[in-house]
Amino acid sequence: MKLDSMYQDVILDHYKNPHGRGLRNGDAEVHHVNPTCGDEITLRVRLDGDTIKDVSYEGQGCSISQASASVLNELLVGKELTEARRIQETFLELMQSKGKAEPDDAMEEVLEDAIAFAGVSKYPARVKCALLSWMAWKDATAQALGETAGGKTA
Amino acid sequence: MTQLPGLLDTEAIRKDFPILDRVVHDGQRLVYLDNAATSQKPRQVLDVLNDYYERSNANVHRGVHVLAEEATALYEGARDKVAAFINAPSRDEVIFTKNASESLNLVANMLGWADEPYRVDQDTEIVITEMEHHSNIVPWQLLSQRTGAKLKWFGLTDDGRLDLSEIEQIITEKTKVVSFVLVSNILGTVNPVEAIVRRAQDVGALVVIDASQAAPHMLLDVQALQADFVAFTGHKMCGPTGIGVLWGRQELLEDLPPFLGGGEMIETVSMHSSTYAPAPHKFEAGTPPIAQAVGLGAAVDYLTSIGMDNIARHEHALTHYAVGRLLEVPDLRIIGPTTAEERGATISFTLGDIHPHDVGQVLDEQGIAVRVGHHCARPVCLRYGIPATTRASFYLYSTPAEVDALVEGLEHVRNFFG
Repeated sequence: MKLDSMYQDVILDHYKNPHGRGLRNGDAEVHHVNPTCGDEITLRVRLDGDTIKDVSYEGQGCSISQASASVLNELLVGKELTEARRIQETFLELMQSKGKAEPDDAMEEVLEDAIAFAGVSKYPARVKCALLSWMAWKDATAQALGETAGGKTA
Repeated sequence: MTQLPGLLDTEAIRKDFPILDRVVHDGQRLVYLDNAATSQKPRQVLDVLNDYYERSNANVHRGVHVLAEEATALYEGARDKVAAFINAPSRDEVIFTKNASESLNLVANMLGWADEPYRVDQDTEIVITEMEHHSNIVPWQLLSQRTGAKLKWFGLTDDGRLDLSEIEQIITEKTKVVSFVLVSNILGTVNPVEAIVRRAQDVGALVVIDASQAAPHMLLDVQALQADFVAFTGHKMCGPTGIGVLWGRQELLEDLPPFLGGGEMIETVSMHSSTYAPAPHKFEAGTPPIAQAVGLGAAVDYLTSIGMDNIARHEHALTHYAVGRLLEVPDLRIIGPTTAEERGATISFTLGDIHPHDVGQVLDEQGIAVRVGHHCARPVCLRYGIPATTRASFYLYSTPAEVDALVEGLEHVRNFFG
């Protein structure tokens, strides 16, 4: 069934048992919404030099958006910013592939669990759900680094 | 097959709608339950649109050639049909817009630029309700922000009705305009027009009614409503997209200033100033949606041939059946009235903790089209403490078998995420 290509077991597992959920201290906080469907996320990033010490989040939304935030937490915490940006860009590329990307070993190595979202890229209405937390992370990181104007939180 | 009293002959009606024969996702028969978003179009409307473009296409109200005369007659003929459909005292009270949002924005802007006695300013108040579609919230927020007028609203009861218990504190001598939805696009609630209109008239406030979810489903009589303005859209009532209606009382349309300026809406123009054509043309600047208006006229003919009372009876029977069947589904909570009384055929619900997006996706895989999200009525979701709903909405071609398909589909959703 086609549906199984979207709702991979990895995604449903992350949805039911999210990693790192809940708001903790951060250098910057952002709130992103998906205005067409009402998905919301509040996300904080804490940095230690070039290392991501923590990404904490709270939100509401569908299984895809929630699982994606969980995968993001699992993948990015502890990484250097350069590496994290590479993962984010690769994920973005996968999600914008309209189901046409053929994930190879190299991509799978970069994305780990996030490769499971390949099937979601076939569903244009759901791509934004998968990207919500990743866009929030990018925004929060830029704010934490002082690259854009934005409020800092304790 | 389930037989309910009051149902239309859907077997015959469905033959008019080619799209309902579509098969999606490798063999699933389409079950279209997203009628509150937009209705499907019968062949009778599609043929008229096609004929118009193939035979009579021209711009209206100008040119003396035969096509221009035909196009003008068809466009103005559509106005006659719509006027009769809503029992307007005069055809000149029917303004064509592009949709209900434009109709409501047009009223807000007529009032925004009006002189006394219609002027909206910092000493006056605007009243709406918490169950409005964003299109009947944002234009009034804009007007309020630009004029300093205070925006007030009726809240909702736990069972999805308007809370009118403080009507005298909400609609006061300062109220200039009261704008509310006749049938909610998210809750399905049919609102008590008379009580609100009576209070508004007592204080001399204008009444605007958003009839977008009413005009397709029930007899709409603007004289019986006693409102000052009524807005609705064509595409939810078997017509094409790109055509909406604003009905307004003639003396108001004469007094109130135009909003959009341009061709069609003028009498004379000099470089210093202009005078305006009489209503409705005063409010129809530029080339109007001609084919779309003609298509709406055909839709009105189609609905009238079936009978709005018959359509309302069909939907009532179906709603009664659907509410009963949905309440059998474990963990399902209807957001809105849980009976078919004073409610339309739009039913929103939540299903346990399963997000509506996921519900809609799994239903879609079974060929069932519903709407998920906040339905452009986010304040309603906030009021009931939910992020979003799944919404099934029925129309004249919907059947009890489609209700059954929805209920079975929801069982599948529960198993999938269970």
